[in-house]
Amino acid sequence: MGKQFVVAIGREYGSGGHEIAEALAKRLGIGFYDKTILEKIAEENNGEIEELRKYDEAPKNAFLSRRILGYSNSPEEVVANLQFDYIREKVNSGESFVVVGRCAEVVLKEFKNLVSVFILGNEEDKIARIARIENLNPQEAKDAMVYHDKKRKSYHNYYSSIKWGDARGYDLCINSSKQPFDETVDMLESYVRMRLELM
Amino acid sequence: MVAQIFSVIIFLVMFLMIVLEVFERHTVTLMCGLCTLVIVFCFCMHDFGAIVDTLNIQSIFTLDFWHTSGSANESSGINWATIIFIAGMMIMVEGMARSGFFRWLCMKLAKLVRYKMVPVFLVFITMSFVLSMFIDSITVILFLAAATIELAKLLRFNPVPMLLAEIFCANLGGSATMCGDPPNIIIGTSLGYSFFDFLTNTGLISLISFAVLIPYFLLVFRKDLKSEATEQDIANMPEPSSAIVNKKDFIISCCIFFIAVILLVTHANTGLTVAFIGVFVSALTLIAAGRNIPELMKRFDYKTLLFFIGLFVVVGGLEQTGVLEIVAQFIERISGGNPKLMVAIIIWLSAFTSAFVDNIPFAATMLPVIKTLSATAGVDLATLAWALSMGTDIGGNATPIGASANVVGTAAAAKAGHPVSWGKYCKFAVPATILVLIISTVYIFVVYL
Repeated sequence: MGKQFVVAIGREYGSGGHEIAEALAKRLGIGFYDKTILEKIAEENNGEIEELRKYDEAPKNAFLSRRILGYSNSPEEVVANLQFDYIREKVNSGESFVVVGRCAEVVLKEFKNLVSVFILGNEEDKIARIARIENLNPQEAKDAMVYHDKKRKSYHNYYSSIKWGDARGYDLCINSSKQPFDETVDMLESYVRMRLELM
Repeated sequence: MVAQIFSVIIFLVMFLMIVLEVFERHTVTLMCGLCTLVIVFCFCMHDFGAIVDTLNIQSIFTLDFWHTSGSANESSGINWATIIFIAGMMIMVEGMARSGFFRWLCMKLAKLVRYKMVPVFLVFITMSFVLSMFIDSITVILFLAAATIELAKLLRFNPVPMLLAEIFCANLGGSATMCGDPPNIIIGTSLGYSFFDFLTNTGLISLISFAVLIPYFLLVFRKDLKSEATEQDIANMPEPSSAIVNKKDFIISCCIFFIAVILLVTHANTGLTVAFIGVFVSALTLIAAGRNIPELMKRFDYKTLLFFIGLFVVVGGLEQTGVLEIVAQFIERISGGNPKLMVAIIIWLSAFTSAFVDNIPFAATMLPVIKTLSATAGVDLATLAWALSMGTDIGGNATPIGASANVVGTAAAAKAGHPVSWGKYCKFAVPATILVLIISTVYIFVVYL
């Protein structure tokens, strides 16, 4: 795998997209980036990670922020842009990697060797998974799912003209409920390898 | 009546669109200004005289526009003196920035106090206060924030407390003079007050407030003003002279700034108006820039000037249709003609509004209101003007969106990996704002009423 490439993975909350992305990165033997990007940003700037995490993948509040001469003081927007810059830097450094969320498929749309994937799931499977992992009852799990998906959707749609989860914005959309975890990773791995051959 | 309704609708739509940021703010005010000219003046009032009055272009071609400081700009509509002065100062400041003046000043002062945290803090907030008396607060904060963040990285301290205090002092310094903050320029040029008038009135209030705020800052930030820098870090600090991009440009820009300060301080005596001073210092800067004029003009913020032009037209619509007179009568009625209550309403209402919306449109709107109030209720116009100035300038301090300096400062902090939440900002800024507003109210009550 001499060529540089990036796999950008968007995901619904509870679909297992994050774990699938991590496993895929391991299989492909490349870097993996998620919210840990913020840790690197905090470290570089002597900042507090908790302050940054509060605004991770959060939509901008138009009434609580303003833009003057191109400077926006929306913490959500600035934190998003810091992560976008970080992703672009990684691409410019020549590294191949898998990145989860962060509108990466929009940020890197000009990058030739980009493979964009969206992972969704059936509602009942997602609720069961969230309930199991977060130790919640089904209603709480459903509420958490609705809350996080709404947040991710507004965040994504602020930076992109193509809506979050709309198949036209991705190379491949996959429902993780339709096959076991390992088979999903297998399928994605062979898809990425096939794309690499064509790059 | 129909004209009044339309002028109010246009004004409210303008405010909402500015807040929502769907379009750039200059596009919003220009479009709303055009609607005012066409819908309110042409279709509703059939008054072409109102269009001429509001566009106010004829005022530029009078001698009074350039000379005879102290006389009020009686005409309503676009305040060209404000626009020309701001344009001139923008060009001058661009010239200074290009030469590395601001970065040099910050590094030099930090070195003078040997990079010790509390002295650096005091020097930087004082610099913010003083520079903002002459230069717009956005520029001051842009450069101070860059220097503070650079120092924070090298000396390993949290830049946010220092940045928040600098922002507050920039707004406070801006309230001290006629050219410090756009509401003051609008008030000064419209009512014929000089730089010295502001300095001896709002300037004194600001100075007292600054003195009171220093212990407040030191108290609230006592745990944060600590650096983890070692002797080696301090030894590795860059030399201030390295900030100077071009020595010749640097000396020239310092001289032009000095000339601008002298002209502003003495303009009541020389009779030169702020419009003249703006044109003069920008001409000097452009002559000095020579071949670099295109590069300098590329960074010229023409959008802010267009924003002002549109804004003045929309406010002109409210004025010509008599809406602002109704607002003035309302304030007079609820205050029962009591000057103290009237002043308190103006200060605290202006402050509250400016904490959430742009203080420039608010000041431009309230100016005709205080003129009417003074004429009908017999309260000294200057007293109301100082109340409006302090209210709009200081109120903007309370929230991260209240003033341009707050937006630019908190944006710079966030970009450096230190996002500032509303809670963090307001916890520090609201008590400080209330403190300064109390000082302003008490001062105006005791000295003028």
